Amino acid sequence: MIEFQGVSKVYGHTTPALEDVDFEIKPGEFVSLAGRSGAGKSTVIKLLIGEEQPSRGRVFFGQYEVNKLTSSELPEFRRHIGVVFQDFRLLPTKTAHENVAFALEVAGRVQREIDELVPQVLDMVGLADKGVNFPNELSGGEKQRVAIARAMIHRPEVIIADEPTGNLDPFHTWEIIKLLEKINELGTTVVLATHDREVINSLERRVITMDRGRVVRDEKKGKYILV
Amino acid sequence: MFTILFRILKFGMKGFRRNGWLSTATVAITVLALMVFVGLILFRVITAYAVVSIQDKIDISVYFKSDTSEDQILNIKQSLEKLSEVKGVNYVSSDRALELFKSTHESDQAISQAINELNSNPFQASLNIRAQRPDQYATIAQYLSAPNLSTYVDNVSYAKNQVVIDRLARIIDNVNRIGWALTLALTLIAGLVVFNTIRLAIYSNREEIGIMRVVGASNALVRGPYMVEGIVSGIIAAVISLVLAMPVVYIASPYLSVFIPGLDIFRFFISNFAVLFGYQLLFGVGIGIFSSFIAVRRYLKN
Repeated sequence: MIEFQGVSKVYGHTTPALEDVDFEIKPGEFVSLAGRSGAGKSTVIKLLIGEEQPSRGRVFFGQYEVNKLTSSELPEFRRHIGVVFQDFRLLPTKTAHENVAFALEVAGRVQREIDELVPQVLDMVGLADKGVNFPNELSGGEKQRVAIARAMIHRPEVIIADEPTGNLDPFHTWEIIKLLEKINELGTTVVLATHDREVINSLERRVITMDRGRVVRDEKKGKYILV
Repeated sequence: MFTILFRILKFGMKGFRRNGWLSTATVAITVLALMVFVGLILFRVITAYAVVSIQDKIDISVYFKSDTSEDQILNIKQSLEKLSEVKGVNYVSSDRALELFKSTHESDQAISQAINELNSNPFQASLNIRAQRPDQYATIAQYLSAPNLSTYVDNVSYAKNQVVIDRLARIIDNVNRIGWALTLALTLIAGLVVFNTIRLAIYSNREEIGIMRVVGASNALVRGPYMVEGIVSGIIAAVISLVLAMPVVYIASPYLSVFIPGLDIFRFFISNFAVLFGYQLLFGVGIGIFSSFIAVRRYLKN
């Protein structure tokens, strides 16, 4: 489903952010991308969603060769992926309901469908009663759940979460991880980039460990071991 | 398709309302630019009117020897009228010249008496010639000095007025050239100021554009609302600029007609209101759409 083939990424003349990265993720997997800050996790995600182009190598997502997509092909491609960020990236002037609905609106879905789907997804992330609240009226964990609801609303094949618990306290961290596990159980592939050792170790799922732009370990039921 | 168009319109109108201060600033800057623009249009009208009224005052007169018959003069008149440089020729017979002189000096007893005491008419028949452009008088004067005509011609006023006519021709030419240069330069500056304001407004929304891109918004849907905002700003600015310009033109109009008699700039403003509004809309909306299109482009690359 997702495949990196000999991918390198160099910014300017500095040391490479990624060097010769190879891995494959199959449908339905829950994969953690582990590593310290600067190990290359975020670069992998940027390449995967087409926000950056690799300096060398190829990135595949289903039938798409991501590195070859033009800027006008990217929007359609991105509707197959749901992305969750550390800083939530919610629109501050829209309510939770409107933020989630926005992902469907931009995809050109009809209003009736939007009115039907949004409450269902908000209910699934446990925010059925928070739809009318603006982001500044929500806690960090609630904001991240709105972001997850938005990422899931058009039933993407994969959810990519880049340090989704980075801004959260331990209680809300577990809430979000449990939600991601639940999404995965429903059949959606999950790629979780994190440097949180406890989270990775408790998941007991596949772990791809990165260090200085390279994949240093790829284990089926892995642990986060610092190199 | 219709859903997307409707949403572009909805997001654009919402964005315009929500970014209250930014929208106000953009409209205000566009109003200033449009005021400059309408000012330039009126400036061109005023200078064109002034140039035409000065041009109308320039002519040359050919005075014929007293033994030249009226037929011969009318033949010359006809031949002059065939010249492409000539705009009009007016024949003044010696009798008509005397009549005009008398009526001009009606109130002056001494002159009237002196004229009446003369036995013959001292005035010569003449042709008053107006050229299409002031720089063409030299060619016409040259035509009149040809041997077949010079036998009838006593004198041509061009020689006396040559310096003045040439200077006026140069001034008129310069006014036209400077007018165009000024119009182009100020329109460009006004356009750049509006462009920069819109660019800054869109820059402040770059995070929102990033979010739209991440959730899979098409380029048209990201760009469209900003273009709608540009159109709305342009329309509002066009209306405000003309509403503000109206009293200014009304107050300035009588002062201008002192300098350029016959010019009623307020009447021009009112009778051409629709055309002026069209220009303002075209400029305001055009710069709004163009600026938004260019400013958003850089955020659509990835």
